[in-house]
Amino acid sequence: MTSGPDLPTAFAAIVDDFQALTEPDRLQLLLEFAEGLPDLPEKYAEHPDLLEPVPECQSPVFLTVEVGEEGSADGGAPLGPDAPVRVVLTAPRESPTTRGFAGILAEGLAGLSAAEVLAIPDDVSHRLGLDRAVSPLRLRGMAGMLGRIKRQVRERVAA
Amino acid sequence: MALPADTTAKFAEYAHSERLVSTDWLAEHLGEPGLAVVESNEDVLLYSTGHIPGAVHLDWHTDLNDPVTRDYVDAESFATVLGERGISRETTVVLYGDKNNWWAAYALWVLTLFGHEDVRLLDGGRAAWIAEGRELTTDVPTPAAATYPVVARDDGEIRAFKDQVLEFLGGQLVDVRSAPEYSGERTTMPDYPEEGALRGGHIPGAQSVPWARAANEDGTFRSRADLEAIYQQEKGLDPAEPVIAYCRIGERSSHTWFVLQHLLGFGDVKNYDGSWTEWGNAVRVPIATGAEPGEVPQR
Repeated sequence: MTSGPDLPTAFAAIVDDFQALTEPDRLQLLLEFAEGLPDLPEKYAEHPDLLEPVPECQSPVFLTVEVGEEGSADGGAPLGPDAPVRVVLTAPRESPTTRGFAGILAEGLAGLSAAEVLAIPDDVSHRLGLDRAVSPLRLRGMAGMLGRIKRQVRERVAA
Repeated sequence: MALPADTTAKFAEYAHSERLVSTDWLAEHLGEPGLAVVESNEDVLLYSTGHIPGAVHLDWHTDLNDPVTRDYVDAESFATVLGERGISRETTVVLYGDKNNWWAAYALWVLTLFGHEDVRLLDGGRAAWIAEGRELTTDVPTPAAATYPVVARDDGEIRAFKDQVLEFLGGQLVDVRSAPEYSGERTTMPDYPEEGALRGGHIPGAQSVPWARAANEDGTFRSRADLEAIYQQEKGLDPAEPVIAYCRIGERSSHTWFVLQHLLGFGDVKNYDGSWTEWGNAVRVPIATGAEPGEVPQR
């Protein structure tokens, strides 16, 4: 399977990297994404209540989405589909698989607009070639994160 | 040759104390011939981030579940999986893992289905080893492959199927899920339907004992007196009568199976691994909701 034409460049590159590897190496790459997940920005680290839990994951995962120019005040002009999106994710170090999925989303969605995030196919977690090595059950957590990210983006853009 | 049992005083109280080892015991015996240390976690990558030196990895999903049928692997696959890890039929297997040994207990239960004689749990699991500041490594051992015999799985003794549970209604059932899962309350947000089961609640007559009540804060098992107070005094379970435990997919209930069978010495304990993902989806099986065990239907 290839990444398909419907993925933004950065996300397509991640999918291609996974697809090019053997199964054990895919797990190793997932581990690297787990290690590469950035720490929470300070304002969220101090206010975890601002983050939304993701119960589809087997471990405590929290996320939030910022839409609009960085530093722009709430209540400004209505946000359009071109508004930039920043995704903030956190997952415990004791859950490297889940953390790896969070890392993939953080990198794959970086710099995208609201419309581009909403256009990410919901089944993207199954394109990484991890269904057998990781199990579909565990991949459900990644779909849960993406679903919640997209819902938050829709709410902000529609508001 | 089986390794000697751990004679830690706390373990001596349990019915089958030889089923547990302490971190001290394990540290002392690491590397001895005849011992295999096996890590089994919820998270398939956790082992790769660091494990007990010499420990091999066994994943509940990719190694022990059949990839097609909802069942455990067959005898040939099981023999391959263990043989590759240098485990023979006589090996003393010590299992440990994350989340209070939740998945390690599940693996132990599956090894027991195949009649592996000497299989033990590390009390406190991965967390206890780490909390004590003991050594971890990312070096993956390459044990010489062993010949594990192809031994048929025996699903009769410690495994229960849905039809058996239906026949068993009115007997001692233990639901080890969380309180909201037991009551049938929805725990998910609107727009995010529960994917696991179409109906919520519990099997009528089942006692609610969330599995983690068997563990102390540090993940070690509670003392025998504490466990008796929960399962026997509080819930009135009779060790002389059969009991069936279940959860969502049979993993948490493996932990409770271990407690009832090996720590409290109940004579006939089965794990219903179909659990709520089967029962809550099955047509026309009785279900009770709310915090009470509920009425057992007349048959």
